[in-house]
Amino acid sequence: MNTAAPLPTLKEKPRYTLGTVLRLIFFLLLTFIVLFPLFAIVLASFKPGTELLRTGLNVRWQPEVMSFNNYRLLFEPLESDYMIWFGNSLLITLLQSVLTLIVSAWVGYGFAMYEFRFKNLLFTCVLIIMMVPMEIIMLPLYQEIVGMKIIDTVWGIILPFVAMPLPIFFFRQYLSGLPRDLLDAGRVDGSSEYGIFVRIILPLMTPAFGAMGIFIGMNCWNNFLWPLIVLRTGSKFTLPIGLNTLLTPYGNNYDILVAGSVFAIIPIIILFVCFQKYFIAGMTAGSVKG
Amino acid sequence: MKKRQGFRAFFYSQKAAPYVFVMPFILVFVIFFVFPLISTVIMSFQSVLPGQVRFIGLENIKRLNDPEFFQAIKNNLIYTALTLALLIPFPMIFACMLNSKATIGRNFFRSALFVPILTSVVVAGTIFRLIFGELPGALANQIVGLFGMGPFRWRQMQGTVYMILVMLACWRWTGVNILYFLSGLQSIPEELYESASIDGASTIRKFRHITWPMLKPTTIYVLTISIYGGFAMFLESYMLYTNNRSPRGMGLTIIGYLYRQGWEQNNIGYGSAIGLCLLLIVMVINLVQLKFFGLFAKEDK
Repeated sequence: MNTAAPLPTLKEKPRYTLGTVLRLIFFLLLTFIVLFPLFAIVLASFKPGTELLRTGLNVRWQPEVMSFNNYRLLFEPLESDYMIWFGNSLLITLLQSVLTLIVSAWVGYGFAMYEFRFKNLLFTCVLIIMMVPMEIIMLPLYQEIVGMKIIDTVWGIILPFVAMPLPIFFFRQYLSGLPRDLLDAGRVDGSSEYGIFVRIILPLMTPAFGAMGIFIGMNCWNNFLWPLIVLRTGSKFTLPIGLNTLLTPYGNNYDILVAGSVFAIIPIIILFVCFQKYFIAGMTAGSVKG
Repeated sequence: MKKRQGFRAFFYSQKAAPYVFVMPFILVFVIFFVFPLISTVIMSFQSVLPGQVRFIGLENIKRLNDPEFFQAIKNNLIYTALTLALLIPFPMIFACMLNSKATIGRNFFRSALFVPILTSVVVAGTIFRLIFGELPGALANQIVGLFGMGPFRWRQMQGTVYMILVMLACWRWTGVNILYFLSGLQSIPEELYESASIDGASTIRKFRHITWPMLKPTTIYVLTISIYGGFAMFLESYMLYTNNRSPRGMGLTIIGYLYRQGWEQNNIGYGSAIGLCLLLIVMVINLVQLKFFGLFAKEDK
């Protein structure tokens, strides 16, 4: 969690040498290169798709053809299904994030606060899931989802990944720092084991929920392969799947594809700007120990 | 009635509580991980058609002796090697530079370089696909045009296909790896550098004798996830070509081949055998990692 704090501030005024200036120029250049592709796609989103198809993606400033027309198409139900995909993505992201957070916190708490038989074995299982790419078990997992009759539903997307290893790992680490006396205090007050979790522990976990919530939320919002396999009905598609269907070699949907891609990033960029430290804490969760 | 009370009492006892807490994980682990994993192994030895499952022994495994599969492995190996060569040293150097107090705007650059990972593979793949379009007016062709080269058909040549995939990976992951290294750097006590300065150590010596050894756990972590990510790469190439169809298998990866056989051509048995093969590769990587570095053993204490 210490990574979430801003870098340590200067105690004394540093001397600005030639090296400082060179470093500044270097990072300005690097940032420019890194942000350039995003700039290119934002610029293209204001041009008609036919223009994109004719000349390819470029960064020419063409005020004569540029307009907000592509963005208007996104919001018109007759022109595109974009708003349906957007709504579906929003719904699935919210539902999946909340469920995964609660389940992972519940399980992480069990690992952090109790001693029980098979604890180490079970925790090794958490780590094993992290080591195996999900794509390996994709085929039988699909058959299973079909067998359980939750294919083409939100539950088919959510249930197999509701106890994600990284959040469990993260919550366990986070809760290990809490004194176990808290439990005893709760027991003395007459709370049940589960009451202690709900009334005492959950409120203490807000910062951890922030970090993991953003991390899980971003992964759900951008999730592609598993929803692509589970969902079949066009009206249930999420944003990444919907956008992917527009990527045809004929380029006839480039208006919506390009504007829609930009519009899909915007919610995450806004969240990132507002909750930067949570993003960073969530991303580095796996690498820092204790 | 009494029995139910007994069950309730047990459910609320301190003895049962830990198992109730970890139960959701056990259920998901068994139903959605162990069971499909075993199915993958079993189906590798079967021919699976709707309503007609036959045991065919090692036939699927023998079929793995297949030029397309070797091409996929080769692509993954080259991709992994290139991403390792770029995505470890450079983020490490950038992180060291950003960690220096004399660098202006450190927090801003750290955040700005992190932005690409916020895009989904679908959006990032679309952007790169359009940048490396075939038209002379496409961005990449315009840039090489400034040097009097091109236009190239970027996505049709083996060398440039690797280049696009590696650039895409670097674009998305440099900022994240910088973060990992920065959080590693911040755990190094300042006094070490101060006493080294008093001893008159140069920047390079400080890096070699303090930074490098102290960053080792972070480096191993980044190395592990990069190797893993390299062998599991699929969606990047899927997005670069419509639905996984790259010309002459130039962008084909192991998982891409699994997807093609298992989904598109409905060879579920053969697809499972490919999965089994990838599982073995990943297990070997993990075992080597565990044996030499014992990362998870340390984490457990």
